[in-house]
Amino acid sequence: MSESTVIEARDLGLTFETNDGPVHALKDVNLTIGKGEFVSFIGPSGCGKTTFLRVVADLEQPTAGAITVNGMSPAEARRARAYGYVFQAPGLYPWRTIARNVKLPLEIMGYDRAEQARRVADVLELVELEGFENKFPWQLSGGMQQRASIARALAFDADILLMDEPFGALDEIVRDRLNEQLLALWRRTEKTIGFVTHSIPEAVYLSTRIVVMSPRPGRITDVIDSPLPAERPLEIRDSQAFIEVAHRVREGLREGLADAV
Amino acid sequence: MRGALVPVLTVVAVIIAIWYAAVIPVNSQWVLDQAGRAGVEVSTAELVRETLSQDRPRLPAPHQVGAEMWNSTFVEEWRGPQGLMNTGTLSPRSLFWHAWVTLSATLVGFGIGTGLGILLAVGIVHNRAMDLSVMPWAIASQTIPIIAIAPMIIVVLNAVGVTGLIPKAIISAYLSFFPVVVGMVTGLRSPDAMQLDLMKTYNASRPEVFAKLRWPSSMPYLFASLKVGIAAALIGAIVGELPTGAVAGLGARLLSGSYYGQTIQIWAALFAAAIVAAGMVAIVGAIQRYTLRRMGMQQ
Repeated sequence: MSESTVIEARDLGLTFETNDGPVHALKDVNLTIGKGEFVSFIGPSGCGKTTFLRVVADLEQPTAGAITVNGMSPAEARRARAYGYVFQAPGLYPWRTIARNVKLPLEIMGYDRAEQARRVADVLELVELEGFENKFPWQLSGGMQQRASIARALAFDADILLMDEPFGALDEIVRDRLNEQLLALWRRTEKTIGFVTHSIPEAVYLSTRIVVMSPRPGRITDVIDSPLPAERPLEIRDSQAFIEVAHRVREGLREGLADAV
Repeated sequence: MRGALVPVLTVVAVIIAIWYAAVIPVNSQWVLDQAGRAGVEVSTAELVRETLSQDRPRLPAPHQVGAEMWNSTFVEEWRGPQGLMNTGTLSPRSLFWHAWVTLSATLVGFGIGTGLGILLAVGIVHNRAMDLSVMPWAIASQTIPIIAIAPMIIVVLNAVGVTGLIPKAIISAYLSFFPVVVGMVTGLRSPDAMQLDLMKTYNASRPEVFAKLRWPSSMPYLFASLKVGIAAALIGAIVGELPTGAVAGLGARLLSGSYYGQTIQIWAALFAAAIVAAGMVAIVGAIQRYTLRRMGMQQ
């Protein structure tokens, strides 16, 4: 394990016991994620991409293999508040204003009031939601709500950001804009990001590395290092390099499905 | 609210019209019997007039109930020898006094019932043993007719020297804790798995999850339960007054009315109870609107 390793999984497996027999959500997953990487997990539903993220976050317990987060077990990392987690839905509390929603983790983690206010202002600026502090969630659009939930995950400045299809429910135009903003945010904060998606363009556009997964059992079929530069305008999606990476991802997905059937 | 005025008044007018229409056939038998005994004929006009102005009608007319309510409240307090104007205290013959006796027991019982209901719900949500054991007992408690258990509570508490407001309040609490338990268990469990996972990622403790997630989530459920609970508490207090020997309260007023065939008094007490209940539900509703608006929840 090198100095810069943040997440390391070795022969990781997770089997759910159901009435219809065991379901292999993850099988023999080996992956190392280094500091500052932007890693996307892509695959059809049931491939275990969300499950892997939840294992990293200590929301699921693996049944085989080993995993470390910041050199600790996931449970220790969670207790050390090593990561911020963004769910598929914004999950903002309807009875709290945007500012107080972002403040929620800070209250629980015991930051003092001045520090809370400072951090809330900082992260709301980061996600371009200044001026919406005192609005309630229902007064914001879906994209703005999801940005507020990202701000909430960033507020306590964990080094790792885990995002589970955060833009899955949003329309294409809003999604493009949020992808751009997320990249800018990643460059500014130098966080390690684990990002689950089922959109090939999104995965290729955002990531430094793309993990292609396939179902039954959930496993990794390909890991692609992106040749794209760090600076990525939206137009890069029309470049030859982008199209080639997207093609390889699509091939990986197809192969994964072929040997499952 | 303004838009609701016309429909509400229409419904009230229809109810009063049906009521008047029912009074005549229900009370006419007595008038015809009287006339038969006296050997006189009654015209239709006389029959109608008689049925609407009996001292002890089977079904009092709306204006009789209204007059009784007016006389036993404002007139009694204003002119009565024991009234507010003469003595400085509420007259024990006035509906105000009886309503207050019942209301005070209701409010104490409602407070106890709500507190108990919330505590039980918190226990049920957080403790598996309580989850499995408390709810069946709570449901069983509500299947016992209150009219059967109320006298026993009164008698047992009397035997240990507890009299007056407290036994009635306990019967109120007995009825009002149940909707609060049911509503609050649902409310405290209303956060979905994602919201609970989010709290877990913050490594939040159970008290923090309760204070910051479960409790605020349960507010709409709490207020819905409180509205049911306060109506139940009033019924409990009235039922609790029946076996106390008809001393005081709206329940006592109902009982003495039925002893002496004072149907107008019974109906006046019934309406007083309905007004008290409506007032309390309206107050809970106002607190609900204020609280939920402050919590930013759309109404």
